[in-house]
Amino acid sequence: MTDIGRAGMDAEGGLEAAALVVETHEAEVEAREAGGDTDKTTGDGAGGALARRRRKEAALAYVLLLPALVLFGVFSFYPFFRNFKLMLYETPPVPGLPARYVGLHQIVPTITSTEFTQSLVTTVIFVVLVVPISLILGLALAVAAHRKLKGIGIYRMIFSSTVVSSVAVASVVFGTLLNPVVGLLPWLGINPTPPALESTTWALPSVALITIWQFLGLSFIIMSAGLQSVPDELLEAARIDGAGAWTRFWRMTVPLLSPTIFFGFVVSTIYAFQAFGAIDILIGNSNAVRLHTNVLIYNIVNTLQVSNNPGAAAIMATVLFLIMLGLTVLQMRLLERRVNYGR
Amino acid sequence: MAQVGFDGVTKRFGDTTAVDELTLQVLDGELLVLLGSSGCGKTTALRLVAGLEALTAGRVTIGDRVVNDIDPKDRDVAMVFQSYALYPHLTVAKNIEFPLRQRGAGKEERSAKVKQAAETLGLASLLDRKPAQLSGGQRQRVALARAIVREPLVFLMDEPLSNLDAALRVQTRADIVELQARLNTTTLYVTHDQVEAMTMGHRIAVMNEGRLQQVATPEDLYARPTNVFVAHFLGSPGMNLVEGLLVEGSGNETTGGEDTLCVSFLGASVPLPAEVATDVRGSGPDVVLGLRPETLHLSTDGPIAATVIIVELLGAETLVICRTETGARIIVRQPASAARPSIGDAVRIAVDPEPRAYHLFDAESGLRLGDRP
Amino acid sequence: MAAETASARHRRLRTLGSYAFLTAAAIVILFPIYVTIVNSLLRPDQLVEQPPPLVPTSPQWHNYVAAWTTGSMSTYMATSAIMTFAIVAGQLVTSILAAYAFAFLRFPLKRTLFVVCLATLMIPLEVTFITNLDTVTSLHWFNTYEGLAVPFLATGFGIFLLRQAFLQIPRDLQEAAQLDGYGHLRFMTRVAVPLARPSLAALGVFSFLAAWNQYLWPLVATGGQTPLNTVQIGLKALLGQQVSQIPISLAGAVIAFVPLLILLLIFQKQLVRSLTAGAVK
Repeated sequence: MTDIGRAGMDAEGGLEAAALVVETHEAEVEAREAGGDTDKTTGDGAGGALARRRRKEAALAYVLLLPALVLFGVFSFYPFFRNFKLMLYETPPVPGLPARYVGLHQIVPTITSTEFTQSLVTTVIFVVLVVPISLILGLALAVAAHRKLKGIGIYRMIFSSTVVSSVAVASVVFGTLLNPVVGLLPWLGINPTPPALESTTWALPSVALITIWQFLGLSFIIMSAGLQSVPDELLEAARIDGAGAWTRFWRMTVPLLSPTIFFGFVVSTIYAFQAFGAIDILIGNSNAVRLHTNVLIYNIVNTLQVSNNPGAAAIMATVLFLIMLGLTVLQMRLLERRVNYGR
Repeated sequence: MAQVGFDGVTKRFGDTTAVDELTLQVLDGELLVLLGSSGCGKTTALRLVAGLEALTAGRVTIGDRVVNDIDPKDRDVAMVFQSYALYPHLTVAKNIEFPLRQRGAGKEERSAKVKQAAETLGLASLLDRKPAQLSGGQRQRVALARAIVREPLVFLMDEPLSNLDAALRVQTRADIVELQARLNTTTLYVTHDQVEAMTMGHRIAVMNEGRLQQVATPEDLYARPTNVFVAHFLGSPGMNLVEGLLVEGSGNETTGGEDTLCVSFLGASVPLPAEVATDVRGSGPDVVLGLRPETLHLSTDGPIAATVIIVELLGAETLVICRTETGARIIVRQPASAARPSIGDAVRIAVDPEPRAYHLFDAESGLRLGDRP
Repeated sequence: MAAETASARHRRLRTLGSYAFLTAAAIVILFPIYVTIVNSLLRPDQLVEQPPPLVPTSPQWHNYVAAWTTGSMSTYMATSAIMTFAIVAGQLVTSILAAYAFAFLRFPLKRTLFVVCLATLMIPLEVTFITNLDTVTSLHWFNTYEGLAVPFLATGFGIFLLRQAFLQIPRDLQEAAQLDGYGHLRFMTRVAVPLARPSLAALGVFSFLAAWNQYLWPLVATGGQTPLNTVQIGLKALLGQQVSQIPISLAGAVIAFVPLLILLLIFQKQLVRSLTAGAVK
């Protein structure tokens, strides 16, 4: 999946919300099923036909589930668990030599290597650049567009539009904008040497800028949806009580929107952790600044494809997984608390 | 020929017994109402006939066929759901037609039947609408049309009127009765509404906590409730039930010197009418006495002393709710023309001297005394 | 009277201010796209003009022709379309089937299997692509449509979304259909799927967007080889270093963006629905 898709999906994932639904629905089904089970034990002739019907239903269920489960098994769970095995093997840097078993000895050197720690630091800087700005901008746009004005639909469409832009399109677009000889920058007299994408200082912020632009649409959509769920009466009541626009925003809108903001925070963080395309297209491996934009995911791909060491890549991928897992769990916790408040 | 039979039918959900040893026959062409409060097992009983639930024990028969192991679709029953269960994405015509599509009926036959059913229920002009564009009453009629178009052996109706407003309910009640009479299709009708049951049912089966309490015509059910539960459940307001004691009294001038059986309750002692006395002599002495509010009246020489606590005007009648000196609550129903007491008034309550006014139940079992088995 | 006028004027000013802010924001957001469209219609020598032209005075439509033909955008678009179509169709089908089982059928291990399906959402591609690459290679799917699409034919998100939609369908409907002789498969196609159409649309749009915009997987699953590749990888190849190449690569970007723009225009509502499915509840 792309970064957008992935981020969206992880966020949707909300295992917790799903689990809640499962609980409530399952409870009633449970009662029925329990009832059904007693049928079998009493077995008074009805049992045979009933059990047959039950078996048929279960068989149908497994047939319906089969395609999804096979795909999940082969392309999600198997690779996930195989990572743990890969970690134990090291592939020598010389091509042609077989991987050799090193047990746990590869793990510590890999996660303490300068390359990895630097990559982690770069990732964190990148996330810090992307997340707050895109959330604040998204919120600002959502608040501005949350008025009943003529033609507001067009504005909303424009603000959402970047959600559909792919990372490659965005990279081509911004690659040209940031080009040192083409278009605006030279005309504006902004002519840094080296150019932004080749500067150790500006390469990462440039990629962050692209990511922010790309994420802005989703941020706006999330914040708008959140705003729409805030009852208008609350804001109107505050207005009648004499609260000014500024007070209303900080005292009412932001607190009421905090679950949405937090959701946006988790989504955008996961999104930022997965930003790969822009770096691959605009910086690439040959660029001198590549070490300064070597975010975790980029490092993983390189370790696999350039250094050709699946073991080390698996270790780093697992670290990435743990970070995302942590974020999701954090979201669950906060969501639970919010659910409890609501009741 | 399609009578429906329950023969020792039990249905358990885990530890709870929804239907307990139900034995009941619904006669061919009969409209039998299953009456009870929510959770009494009436809907489960209905679903057992439909095959939507599997029995724990016993047998369900439709016609002369034991249907325990028969798939719902092969039982030839049509069900009207409380929610109507209309398919929101299909038009009225398609909804009515839906059961026919699975039965190998030709296209022309189908549309003829749909048309006929729609006309029967006054839906002819609504055939192209979607359920969302219909009123509650119209949806209800579509649900009925979908049931009759199948020409099933049995109709099963699960509280079909409960989502209608009061006025429409009265109208639809009559419509269903008429429709059922015309089609003469055996019908099992579930409701918690006793007025519905009394006005619609050829017979009523009262259920409580999974057990069948009594099956009888509406008249019998009201006149001779078989136990304390039915006595209290039927009637609005329900019967006054008080503890009493049967006492053999010596004759006095009012009885012409004959020995009488008296019931003493609420600090009073009243001689029972001779017919009642004959029936219950030898039982007791601890009894529960049931007195319907309409068989009581306020009278200066009534035997029961009480204080008025609430007076409810119902238009044609007045309910006078009193508290006796012994602390019991007694409801008296009197015509609006009768003198109306005020709250706090000390009154005396008398029982109509008719046999039908006295319902006597065994204090321990709650069963009616003198009921001929 | 005077107070009223003042307040009316105040309100009009506020409205004007709102429009000003909204318009400014819209311009900033659209600016990169606008510049891209303009530049894609320029001659290479116009690109370096000072000041840069803000309208293409002599639109060079042949840039688009070049991107489409010599730039292989036609091949990339076809590859992307086939891959995307396969993924969307596959996800809809597998999700409908699985979600139906979870919503309407009784079977042992139901809860466990549902959690298993949801758990896949916690395992991102970044974790699985290392092994998936080996799997695809050993199936001889490297650099093929199968390799691009098959790993994504099932989605826990879709199962979750459609199960929710199916659970909204009253149980009575299923029981009524059952009494009328409709088996599960017929009920699924005649009633459940039509009733879940809004959610199916949301899932379809979401899958389309995600599949069309994939980057990492097509890159590794094809080794970045062209021309049999998706639009996204194709754009990377098109992005040359020479100035003369820039208008053509920009034209390619515009071409790649068009299907998504259409998607946004038609399905904005469904898209928003799917993207915020977990946010506001």
